[in-house]
Amino acid sequence: MAARVARDIPEGAYVNLGIGLPTLVANHLPRDREILLHSENGLLGMGPAPDLGAQDPDLINAGKQPVTLLPGGAYFHHADSFAMMRGGHLDFCVLGAFQVSLRGDLANWHTGAAGAIPAVGGAMDLAIGAKNVYVMMEHQTKSGQSKITERCTYPVTAFQCVSRIYTDLAVIDVTAHGLVVLAIVDGLAFDELQRLTGVPLTNAAAGVAA
Amino acid sequence: MARERASQRIPDRLRLALTKCKNEAMINKIVASAAAAVADIPHGATVMIGGFGTAGMPSGLIDALIAQGACDLTIVNNNAGNAETGLAALLKSKRVRKIICSFPRQTDSYVFDALYHAGEIELELVPQGNLAERIRAAGAGIGAFFTPTGYGTLLAEGKETRLIDGRHYVLEYPIHADVALIKADRGDRWGNLVYRKTARNFGPIMAAAAKCTIAQVREVVELGELDPEVIVTPGIFVQRVVQLAGAATLVQPQAAA
Repeated sequence: MAARVARDIPEGAYVNLGIGLPTLVANHLPRDREILLHSENGLLGMGPAPDLGAQDPDLINAGKQPVTLLPGGAYFHHADSFAMMRGGHLDFCVLGAFQVSLRGDLANWHTGAAGAIPAVGGAMDLAIGAKNVYVMMEHQTKSGQSKITERCTYPVTAFQCVSRIYTDLAVIDVTAHGLVVLAIVDGLAFDELQRLTGVPLTNAAAGVAA
Repeated sequence: MARERASQRIPDRLRLALTKCKNEAMINKIVASAAAAVADIPHGATVMIGGFGTAGMPSGLIDALIAQGACDLTIVNNNAGNAETGLAALLKSKRVRKIICSFPRQTDSYVFDALYHAGEIELELVPQGNLAERIRAAGAGIGAFFTPTGYGTLLAEGKETRLIDGRHYVLEYPIHADVALIKADRGDRWGNLVYRKTARNFGPIMAAAAKCTIAQVREVVELGELDPEVIVTPGIFVQRVVQLAGAATLVQPQAAA
């Protein structure tokens, strides 16, 4: 999944990778492509994790893990960092999700469960701000329900914001005409994917557009 | 030699006046200790605390605030403390009535978690960019602003909205503070500050948003030593500067969120 997302991010892109699964994308970005990673706590041009012993507590990413800065990278304060998001300057963000609806509503910040302490961080800002919002998630919940749904039953992060969904089973674009399947994992038939998903899909490979 | 001759041309009376003026009116925001810097923070104050996790967290000032004893505080920070030091220690001392933050829940935020579940602390959860912009707005004298972040969500319930050029926005108000406690790398007696790497985070915007900004710095330098081209927070936003040793520590790997 991470490798596929990385392959789709073009040269020159400004990208924010969310906490969790999306962080893995960084490991797959082609070394011959200049891609600038943004971290919401205040840096642009984020490099790989430092060697053991070279960690600097003042140089961390949004997940509070030690990172490095590439030559040409920059530090800035929080209001500037979120201006980059909210102001539409980031080309891509990649986020984890609990659910994505048919029309691209995203739920990824709060389960809404009684007693759960809500925490939102920059999820809502990223979801409304980046030019392309990519979601990376398992296709189904552990109990076998599709995470792509008619509407989100979890509290929504932002409405109609997701542009593409990467799951362990498929890559799906969210379009004005509905969900369009761009790729399916080897050995899985479109009809089977449709059965597992539960909301209407269009197969781009078959050239059928609604 | 030239300097000597020039000084001799100044009449004694004027020279005395100049010296006196220099001594009495000299701006000096350097405070000798963290305790002295936080001594007058009153009960019920709204206190902004810089930092993202532990990077930029002014732990020395927080410890001094705990020792000082002010209670019934409202705290503004991105998080709600890690483990038991810094902000977490302040929460544990039960001096905090309310916290305004974006990401309280972390795997080592157990101090906050317990207070929250016991109903002993009020939480105002704000999307991180709205938090930053509300702080920035306070410092910039903005009365309120429309933001697209959070529109239609639980965190915008009951808030005024507006449709502008086909896009939905939520009205958000500034967050002002009585005091900001921030951490910078170097500062001078006029309060000019530069930061270190991602420890900058909320420092510059909180400095502008508070009536009294207290900066903990690693090193106090002479006026003119900070390159004016790279001063991040001009001294007008800072009231007190304290030199304190102490670097941040990394959040334990499994604790990050």
